[in-house]
Amino acid sequence: MIRVEDLIVRYGAATALDGVSLSVARGEKVALIGANGAGKSTLLNALSGMVPKAAGTIRLGGRFAHVPEGRQLFFDLTVDDNLRLGAFRLRERNPAWIYEFLPELGRLRRQKAGSLSGGQQQMVALGRGLMAEPDVLAIDEMSLGLAPIIVQRLAERLSELNRQRGLTLLLVEQSARVALSLCDRAYVLETGRIVTQGSAAQLSDSPFVVAAYLGSPVQEAS
Amino acid sequence: MSAFLSYLIHGISLGCGFALVASGIIIIYRVTRVVNLAQGMFAVVAGFSAASLLDIGLPHVLAESVAIGAAAAVGVLTGYVAVGKRGTNPQASLIVTLGVGIFCYAFEVLIWGDQPRSFAGLAGSYEFFGVDVPKQYLLVTPITVLVFVALELFFERTYAGKAMTACASNPYAAALQGIGVLRMSLYGFGLGGALGGVAGVLLTPLHPISYDSDVSLFVNGFAAAILAGLKRPVLALAGGLLLGVAESMVAGYSKASYQSALALLLTLAILLVQAMRRETLHAVEES
Repeated sequence: MIRVEDLIVRYGAATALDGVSLSVARGEKVALIGANGAGKSTLLNALSGMVPKAAGTIRLGGRFAHVPEGRQLFFDLTVDDNLRLGAFRLRERNPAWIYEFLPELGRLRRQKAGSLSGGQQQMVALGRGLMAEPDVLAIDEMSLGLAPIIVQRLAERLSELNRQRGLTLLLVEQSARVALSLCDRAYVLETGRIVTQGSAAQLSDSPFVVAAYLGSPVQEAS
Repeated sequence: MSAFLSYLIHGISLGCGFALVASGIIIIYRVTRVVNLAQGMFAVVAGFSAASLLDIGLPHVLAESVAIGAAAAVGVLTGYVAVGKRGTNPQASLIVTLGVGIFCYAFEVLIWGDQPRSFAGLAGSYEFFGVDVPKQYLLVTPITVLVFVALELFFERTYAGKAMTACASNPYAAALQGIGVLRMSLYGFGLGGALGGVAGVLLTPLHPISYDSDVSLFVNGFAAAILAGLKRPVLALAGGLLLGVAESMVAGYSKASYQSALALLLTLAILLVQAMRRETLHAVEES
């Protein structure tokens, strides 16, 4: 579904990604873990074509939607407008199924996105990403600034989509705990390079990951 | 009483023109964050074009429509020069629009000469409470209102209008949804050009235009746009009308030369108030 080989991305003289290679199969849930500035968001931006690559190859085997860090909603527009604009590339732009899938958004549909709480905004951002009917949904820092209960609720919805529709998930998370509890596999990035990878179980037991990112063992999400 | 009514009707027509120029400034600013200093030039191009087309025998309506189309095309070209290069910041684009406006003087003088031109609008007049009002004055207001209704419907009801608003609200997120931000910016400039063009063809029969009329049109349009907070075109209608009527009254009851100073003074006052309010907000946030 996603194959990246020897990807290099530069911002001027600074190298943000330095020979990154990874692959994600259809229906997988994969996390990118790393500290601030590790290159996780740059990788997503490269996948969605928002930053040019200096070298390497990117192959996407389906429709790719990117829920960016900080939600990046259209604050001057309503929730309904935000959702409809998520389907800009499609003919079908009716968000009815999003309101069924995320019922909390139904009663907010006429509200301006800028007036919503952080959790509500994240839900709109997620809904807008889903409106593109993606095969791969990449979410950048879903848990940032949200209460654990909201993160848990969003994670449940995403797992449901993954099970029911075979949606491939690529999650960028600073919180390794959230990432490993939700995903099957993960890649760990440091200063633009992948330093380790493995299944969620392997990484949860890895002394390196525990010391650098977890501090204590991870509990499996439902 | 009749003098007052005469100044009022004149001011409303003038204000409609300012509002149309202002709405173009606002739309371009909303989509691109660029204050288009060449906005007055679109009205001049349309006014001159309509006069030339009528001279060669094109009928009214068709001549004005083609002239508005020409202004829209010049708008797109201006946009391409100002924001076409990826990564150009709005301040640099602002200077580019100033350059384009001045550069166009050369073309305008070359094609149409340096003398003011006009053309006959609607012939005849009506009498209102003892005041003769030319029909052209009465044409300006309903057309302007229609244009503003269409603009409001476009931005509030259509998907393309929402996509343009999205580009203004968050260009990065808009690009992520597949919205071509540059394309939308050019549409914004095209629409701004067309609005300037409507102002040009409506005002030229009332006031002859010359190649440098763009300065006063921009100054007045910008004042109306600032009054509207550079946000919604429909607010510019109120701003334009207020300014048009005020200028007409000042010119009528005082000196005509004070008329243009009024827009500058108003712009300065609003900018000062906004700057002071911003400083107060910063102070509150820091405390």
